[in-house]
Amino acid sequence: MMEFVNFHLVPGVVLGCIYALGAIGITLTFGILRFANFSHGEIMTLGVYFAWTMVHLSGLHPLLVAPLAMALTALVALGVDRAFYKPLRAAPTIMVVIASFGVMLMVRSAIQFSWGVQLKGMVQGIQRPLIWFDALRVSPKHLVIVAAAVVLVIVVHYLLSRTRTGKAMRAMSDSPELARLTGIDTEKVVRTTWIVGAGLAAAAGILLAYDTHVETTMGFKLLLPMFAAAILGGLGKPYGAILGGLVIGVAEEVSSYPWIGDAPLLNPGYKAGVAFAIMVGMLLWRPSGLFRGRVF
Amino acid sequence: MAVLALDNVVGGYGDTQILHGVSLHVERGEIVVIIGPNGAGKTTAMKAVFGLLKLTGGSVTLDGQVITNTPPQQVVRRGVCYVPQTSNVFPSLTVEENLEMGAYVREDDFRPRIDEIYEIFPPLFAKRRQPAGALSGGQRQMVAMGKAMMLEPKILLLDEPTAGLSPKFRGEIFSIIGAVNDAGTPVLMVEQNARQALGVADRGYVLVDGKNKFEGAGRELLNDREVAEMFLGGGS
Repeated sequence: MMEFVNFHLVPGVVLGCIYALGAIGITLTFGILRFANFSHGEIMTLGVYFAWTMVHLSGLHPLLVAPLAMALTALVALGVDRAFYKPLRAAPTIMVVIASFGVMLMVRSAIQFSWGVQLKGMVQGIQRPLIWFDALRVSPKHLVIVAAAVVLVIVVHYLLSRTRTGKAMRAMSDSPELARLTGIDTEKVVRTTWIVGAGLAAAAGILLAYDTHVETTMGFKLLLPMFAAAILGGLGKPYGAILGGLVIGVAEEVSSYPWIGDAPLLNPGYKAGVAFAIMVGMLLWRPSGLFRGRVF
Repeated sequence: MAVLALDNVVGGYGDTQILHGVSLHVERGEIVVIIGPNGAGKTTAMKAVFGLLKLTGGSVTLDGQVITNTPPQQVVRRGVCYVPQTSNVFPSLTVEENLEMGAYVREDDFRPRIDEIYEIFPPLFAKRRQPAGALSGGQRQMVAMGKAMMLEPKILLLDEPTAGLSPKFRGEIFSIIGAVNDAGTPVLMVEQNARQALGVADRGYVLVDGKNKFEGAGRELLNDREVAEMFLGGGS
């Protein structure tokens, strides 16, 4: 029982928090700009490298430099929007999706060119897990990650439910046409969407790098589970994306628990397949997702 | 001077020309209704005011100022509010959030205006924290109109406000439109339920094939044999 909690459930929740933060950006971009953003993963990686550089130069804790790294990443996302997506605002969706594919390749190459392709560590040394009630072992890192994710989700909730721009974001996600007729400043909403999406992507990447390591393809590897989370929750629904992220994260980790017999139910090497299976299943069973989002 | 005037407006979408010269005007305090068969360009004429299609001829003036081909966001800022026929509320936003979005371009404190809207549409107050998408058709129409009225517009444009509503609700919506108008807002609306609409309207226009066919006072059109035969279902 404790083995299940310590090695599957807790890591699943931690991974789920990271997926959730990343999926919010995907779902907001889909709802407001109406396209599947393939470059989201690379924007995340870029945020991680910004943070790594700052940690490397200053020796500060990754979470202390995270806000600055998130801001820089958001700035890059705004620049990318200006240069590549804004000219395509009225273009068919598929053109914007392909453009995002191009941005993905460019950003990844730029990262590999600037920082090299070898693995890097965000933090040095190994931490001993905290032991509660003689049985529950939790890594302090994991507590920090979950706490940081909760704080960010609360900030996003406040933005979306209490501020004028946040409400306008939800309005535009409901109906861009009506938002325009209502006089909502749609370009401002778009800019805010990039700032929030890219900032959260950077945060998710930094938290993942804090738990594991830094590499140039880490964001891309998260793209599938993040899309799965966004689709599971319902595209365009930020709260759905949070729930979807948690479900996918836990499902991936729990799938390798020895439910039947002594061997893992699913070889841990196939973890990524779990997200894919959930995504395909959801698209077949209920393409609008749990929170009744948009359908492709 | 007319609040809103269209003078010989010509235009359409892309290469398809729909309006072949439509002229109409709305005076202060009036309710004006546009009726006509399907495809006559009624909705298109309304969209022309709102900068939603490219006009190639004629002009649109608001309070004497030319606003031909002004983009929608700026038309809103000039005090014209448009309620489309469908998807005219933000379904996942609450009723109150919808009203707040209606006031998006206002810089001043609009709280008192929200309370006024609840006085005009009492059922909305009880539902203010519910998502607009969960409301009945009639109440949703109230949200849509209330949202448009948040700006205290110079003129309200309504596209088929009673489409898809039961006869009971239709009457209710028409009396609300009357109340809105009594409060001082001129209304220009497109309607399929021509008989009821002409009953509340001061004046009406009949469009056919993108051109003015008849115009006159509401009563006059109701009693006109030719109009009645064409659009009111028999010459009663």
